[in-house]
Amino acid sequence: MQRIGVFVCWCGSNIAATVDVERVAQVMKNEPGVVFSTDYQYMCSEAGQAIIRNAIAEHKLTGIVVCSCSPRMHEATFRKTAQRAGLNPYMVEIANIREQCSWIHKDKEEGTEKAIVLARAALAKVMLNAPLIAGQSSVTKRALVIGGGIAGIQSALDIADAGYEVDIVEKEPTIGGKMSKLDKTFPTLDCSACILTPKMVDAAQNEKITLYTYSEVEEVKGFVGNFNVKIRRKARYVKEDVCTGCGACMQKCPSKKGLNEFNLGLNKRTAIYIPFAQAIPNVAVIDATQCIKIKNNKCGLCDTVCAAKAIDYNQQDEFIEREYGAIVMATGFNPIKLDKFNEYSYAECPDVITSLELERIMNAAGPTGGKLVKMSNGEHPHDITFIQCVGSRDISGRGKCYCSKICCMYTAKHAMLIRDKYPDVNVHVFYIDVRTPGKNFDEFYRRAVEEYSVDYIKGQVGKVYPEGDHLVVQGVDMLANEQIIHKTDMVVLATAIEPDPTARKIASMLTASIDTNDFITEAHPKLRPVESPTAGIFLSGVCQGPKDIPETVAQAGAAAVKVLGLLSKDKLVTNPCVSQSNELLCNGCSMCQNVCPYGAIGYEDKLINDHGIRETRRVAVVNEALCQGCGACTVTCPSGAMDLKGFTNKQIMAEVDAICK
Amino acid sequence: MHNNSDKQKDQVFRMTGVDTRKCMKCGKCSASCPSFNEMQYRPHQFVDMVTKGRIEELMASPSIYHCLSCFACVERCPRGVEPAVVVEAIRNLAERKQGGTYFSPDEVPELIDGTVPQQALVSAFRKYRK
Ligand SMILES: Cc1cc2nc3c(=O)[nH]c(=O)nc-3n(C[C@H](O)[C@H](O)[C@H](O)COP(=O)(O)OP(=O)(O)OC[C@H]3O[C@@H](n4cnc5c(N)ncnc54)[C@H](O)[C@@H]3O)c2cc1C
Ligand code: SF4
Ligand code: SF4
Ligand code: SF4
Ligand code: SF4
Repeated sequence: MQRIGVFVCWCGSNIAATVDVERVAQVMKNEPGVVFSTDYQYMCSEAGQAIIRNAIAEHKLTGIVVCSCSPRMHEATFRKTAQRAGLNPYMVEIANIREQCSWIHKDKEEGTEKAIVLARAALAKVMLNAPLIAGQSSVTKRALVIGGGIAGIQSALDIADAGYEVDIVEKEPTIGGKMSKLDKTFPTLDCSACILTPKMVDAAQNEKITLYTYSEVEEVKGFVGNFNVKIRRKARYVKEDVCTGCGACMQKCPSKKGLNEFNLGLNKRTAIYIPFAQAIPNVAVIDATQCIKIKNNKCGLCDTVCAAKAIDYNQQDEFIEREYGAIVMATGFNPIKLDKFNEYSYAECPDVITSLELERIMNAAGPTGGKLVKMSNGEHPHDITFIQCVGSRDISGRGKCYCSKICCMYTAKHAMLIRDKYPDVNVHVFYIDVRTPGKNFDEFYRRAVEEYSVDYIKGQVGKVYPEGDHLVVQGVDMLANEQIIHKTDMVVLATAIEPDPTARKIASMLTASIDTNDFITEAHPKLRPVESPTAGIFLSGVCQGPKDIPETVAQAGAAAVKVLGLLSKDKLVTNPCVSQSNELLCNGCSMCQNVCPYGAIGYEDKLINDHGIRETRRVAVVNEALCQGCGACTVTCPSGAMDLKGFTNKQIMAEVDAICK
Repeated sequence: MHNNSDKQKDQVFRMTGVDTRKCMKCGKCSASCPSFNEMQYRPHQFVDMVTKGRIEELMASPSIYHCLSCFACVERCPRGVEPAVVVEAIRNLAERKQGGTYFSPDEVPELIDGTVPQQALVSAFRKYRK
């Protein structure tokens, strides 16, 4: 016979103002099975927890119901309280009379009535609870970081710094990400390469860090502490450990028509190339679609000139498999494609460029050697027009509904850098709002206006079109209530950013949740911002949401701390609320396996003794280490064989019955 | 400053299915509008005035006849507000109110006076006359 205690919390006035807590405690006292019932101002406080512990001891309670806030908030707290008093922690049920009751009701009578119903439901469930024992699993002391931008690099450095092994998988031939493409960075205007390349070199030289560049994650199996990952190392056609990065091959390669990815296609590169001078690893790669030898079996010049004998035209993709305890997603972002925004003439006019392209044009290692020129004719521009929010805050279906967050700041940066270096150039910025929250950010933007006289115009641009050898911008100045027809030489589009297109695929491999915009979802937007709801998966950088470098680096460090917290454990406590299949009922139909998002269900041929009939049957077996207790299988199973411990079908029905009574 | 709820405004919402509160005041409609200089209230102002419930003023304004119904604003509005649809709705409110009748083909000859854009007339047929 269960002996249940009920503890009704006031939550100060949060609950007590809308729920007659005393009455709830009184009513519950008379429910069958309840031997003790009380209310208190703050159940979660030390004094409140003491009341619970004492009652458990004094009344020999076998289970408790706490009527309080959401279980998300304090279930763990009260489970610990019970455990300290010698009660199995899974003999605790929470009735959420705050979020589901006092916060949504105005009328105290109604609120009280509902609180009693919820308490009764929790009581009905706890009466059927059985003690559960959490299991244990081991932890592989190595982390995987997917994506080698500044986010991934920083997370890896921090993990390695604490003494743990960490691998970075980067799909491009070099690490560095978008930051390696930037010229100078706000808000301090330091040169991006100068602050990034030392970190890239650190990552390469750190003996705890292994870089898998030009590589992709193919498959992920396993679970927190024990991920098994298959990595594809794409053929470079150059032996990575032999190439010295001398660049002799690039001098000789006759195939010069490949678009230079590093310069966003603004100029060309040879078929064999090193992405940029500070690339890590400093190793060449052959673009098979451009190489004459690979395509037509002619040429072979690079092999002839390579003193190190690093070229291997027959190289194939390789696969490696490794075990990891934790995985960090750091897959970053890209500017959106502008094919739905014909009004800006981006596709037709070389002088209409994106902001990231401008970074390359301003950069000394860029396609113009750092000289600001019109891409159409190489001439010096005298007038430049920036357009902010291109594709951001757009719910028309052409763009992205969110604010890309970084564009206001980098546009102010671009405007200032241009005015500083070329005072003869007029700079105009069309904006909807200038959003500059952040340390020294608004001051930065105001400098553009007040020190550099940049012309900020409140309004948008309707269209951009070529006229002779210049461009015409038709926009509006909303403050002056005037339409503007403006002749300009270059137009720079502050293009919205979106998660890398591979993010969705990677997320589904990791069973990490993703939002409607393909940003990876955090476990809690405020309190667990760098963890995925999927255990063992952590988030770093723009793959989680738009952010600038300072925020990215801070988040990368935070993700590393969470990884270290995990890797420093020898054993993990597993959640005992897992599914279990009743062999006698299971008919081996595979339906549960098809719905399980964690791949936790397998089948075994087992000798079954079904009421005296002995036969071999194919039955479902749940891998308890993989099962996350989502319950998808239990509702799918047509034979009612699947049941979730701690949330059995019987328990759920008892709750429903208690509510409907 | 405006009241958060207003009957006439609600009627415009119902007629058009357009929620002008989605407008983020970016001005792209006005930036796109070929009739901008002709309009007393520019497309972005027009949208804003609907949100504010200043429907009578709009009905009395010649702006409703100066919109070309070119739909450039509808095409480019990042918030899916469809300013031209709102202009059309107000124009219809005004026309219905004047004679109490719907727009009829018989009126076309008188209306073609060189100032009312033909497209505006055509669009009135399109939506509001069987
Ligand atoms: C025009 C422009 C100017 C900017 N200027 C500034 C500035 O001045 N100051 C500032 O603070 N911020 C600035 N930013 C923002 C800054 O670029 C970002 O905050 C920063 O680059 C984010 O780093 P990240 O590592 O999250 O993403 P990324 O730099 O995008 O790195 C992600 C990496 O992951 C790799 N990757 C993606 N998918 C996979 C996969 N499936 N497998 C393996 N690897 C993968 C990518 O190849 C890439 O190397 C600017 C951004 C833009 C667009
Ligand atoms: S073999 Fe290919 S990569 Fe090498 S030099 Fe010739 S074209 Fe270039
Ligand atoms: S409860 Fe969810 S995770 Fe566990 S076996 Fe069933 S479907 Fe898979
Ligand atoms: S374009 Fe759309 S969002 Fe922008 S001002 Fe006009 S109606 Fe409002
Ligand atoms: S439809 Fe009317 S308001 Fe819209 S852009 Fe054309 S003329 Fe201007």
